[in-house]
Amino acid sequence: MQLVCPAGNLPALQAAIDAGADAVYAGLRNETNARAFPGLNFSDAELAQGIAYAHARGRKVYLALNTYPDSARLPQWQAAVDKAAALGCDAIIAAELAVLDYATRTHPALARHLSVQGSATTAPALRYMHERFGISRAVLPRVLSVQQVERLCETSPVPLEVFAFGSLCIMVEGRCQLSSYVTGASPNRHGVCSPAKFVRWDEHDDGRRSVRLNEVLIDRFEPAEPAGYPTVCKGRFEVGGETFHALEEPTSLNTLELLPRLAQAGVAALKIEGRQRGVAYVASVTRTWRDAINRYRSSPGNWSAQPAWQTTLTKHAEGHQTTLGPYHRHWH
Amino acid sequence: MKLSLGPLQYFWPRERTYAFYRAAADWPVDIVYLGETVCSKRRELSTGDWIALAAELAASGKQVVLSSLALIEAESELGVLKRLVAEGRGWIEANDLSAVQLCRERGVPFVAGPTLNVYNHAALRLLMDDGLVRWVPGVEQGHVLIRELRDAVLAAGLAMPELEVIAYGRLPLAYSARCFTARALDVPKDQCGFRCIDYPDGLPLATREDRPFLRINGIQIQGDEITDLGPELPQLRELGVDVLRLYPQAEGMADIVAHYHHARRSPQPPPRIAARSGYWHGEPGMQSAN
Repeated sequence: MQLVCPAGNLPALQAAIDAGADAVYAGLRNETNARAFPGLNFSDAELAQGIAYAHARGRKVYLALNTYPDSARLPQWQAAVDKAAALGCDAIIAAELAVLDYATRTHPALARHLSVQGSATTAPALRYMHERFGISRAVLPRVLSVQQVERLCETSPVPLEVFAFGSLCIMVEGRCQLSSYVTGASPNRHGVCSPAKFVRWDEHDDGRRSVRLNEVLIDRFEPAEPAGYPTVCKGRFEVGGETFHALEEPTSLNTLELLPRLAQAGVAALKIEGRQRGVAYVASVTRTWRDAINRYRSSPGNWSAQPAWQTTLTKHAEGHQTTLGPYHRHWH
Repeated sequence: MKLSLGPLQYFWPRERTYAFYRAAADWPVDIVYLGETVCSKRRELSTGDWIALAAELAASGKQVVLSSLALIEAESELGVLKRLVAEGRGWIEANDLSAVQLCRERGVPFVAGPTLNVYNHAALRLLMDDGLVRWVPGVEQGHVLIRELRDAVLAAGLAMPELEVIAYGRLPLAYSARCFTARALDVPKDQCGFRCIDYPDGLPLATREDRPFLRINGIQIQGDEITDLGPELPQLRELGVDVLRLYPQAEGMADIVAHYHHARRSPQPPPRIAARSGYWHGEPGMQSAN
């Protein structure tokens, strides 16, 4: 099982490689990828440097081109595909039909992975992407139970990659307009959820804090209360007279204890989320999963999730909480 | 310009659903989308019931399109989709690539639903090769983006497929593996008790400042505001929109259909009867102020 880790910038890429990532994924400094945050991502020169660093150590670099261009901006995405090929990326991770089609026709030797943003959850959907664009891997949305992942491994025409750890996106990726409904900036079109310029934190005299997204109150925190990400889905709202995290608590997905089942199912790769996180996160989470995978490989019969691994991962989780999320049947 | 009744997004009791569609047979709508698009546990009408209802409405002169789930997770859900494609004897609304592929394999024409993520002319063209005959743009695509896409299709020497826009209703914004209704009522998703049947227009969600914000509808989240593109009819005509989609609401749907039917035959745009859509004007979707 390959370990695929996030690289928000060159130091993070190097940290991931040094900590044992088999592959890293990165994005360009524009709206062609789903983490188009200021201060994040790669210039052409940095990407070339990162690829050289990874290749010198026998590892791979995938370029995320996982947003949805409208007609006028399609040439920008096509240019990004050209760049991935020219710089020697090992694959692109794309979701949009026209981007995949362009890559298939123009650079057939450049591997194409279907991004999680492609929302493919069934064998026919994967068959479509495989027959149409010759994808060689697909990343599954974080909506399937482990039983459903196992079943899909049996019927999928291509190897599958699943999310192993990181902030939990609870909506079907590529199908969520909550941020766009509030701000007009869309994860699909602009590569950003809750853009910083729309987020406003207010400190009140009593020590409480409020967070607003384009003037809509997302949440309010007590003085000592840790705050999650300022996204609509992690906010507290009022439903039926009660105020609570109506969509999701601030928490991270952690599937460490499922590692043997995912391996036995034939999952090709485990993905760590977090291109927006710092070097310390990338290094520590990568090292932990590397260790867990290596121990499983050397002794699958005796493997169990070690408390030290879980402690480390929980430390890096959003709100210091983790969940099996949809992998677990009782999640609701 | 044709009028369509979009698929019923909510979970209504069996008799209410039948009463609604039997009344709709006499309404001046040209197209009716039938079937469950949100949650496969909603089985007041079975797949067979929906197919039979489709035949009944088709006999009354409506074009009927069978709609499919936006999120397919289980083999049983895929089984339903296969049956719709095989037995439907008409068009399918594909809300997911699974439906596109099954239609493509069987040569069945399909309508690209709003969750299919078609954002540019090249993607539309690929899907037209697969059997796309009508396109419903996603909720966030307003008139500028649609016009650019149409112009690019025409510049390539192709004809546009039929264009259908969401004119009236709450916008579907997101889908999840989680059931938010079950979560709000603190019951496990597997034993939800089909409680969303108690919320025929969804469960309102407000901010902590009591500002109405979203609607919870099972695994789907909608905007709270009901969007109304009636006053934008001149622009819709000029854009070449073929079909106006009206999403079923629990109350007063006959009047809403009558309002739009009158509007489509009138040279004057109608007054606004619900919220302005920010999305249509290139703004945040919930930007309802003029």
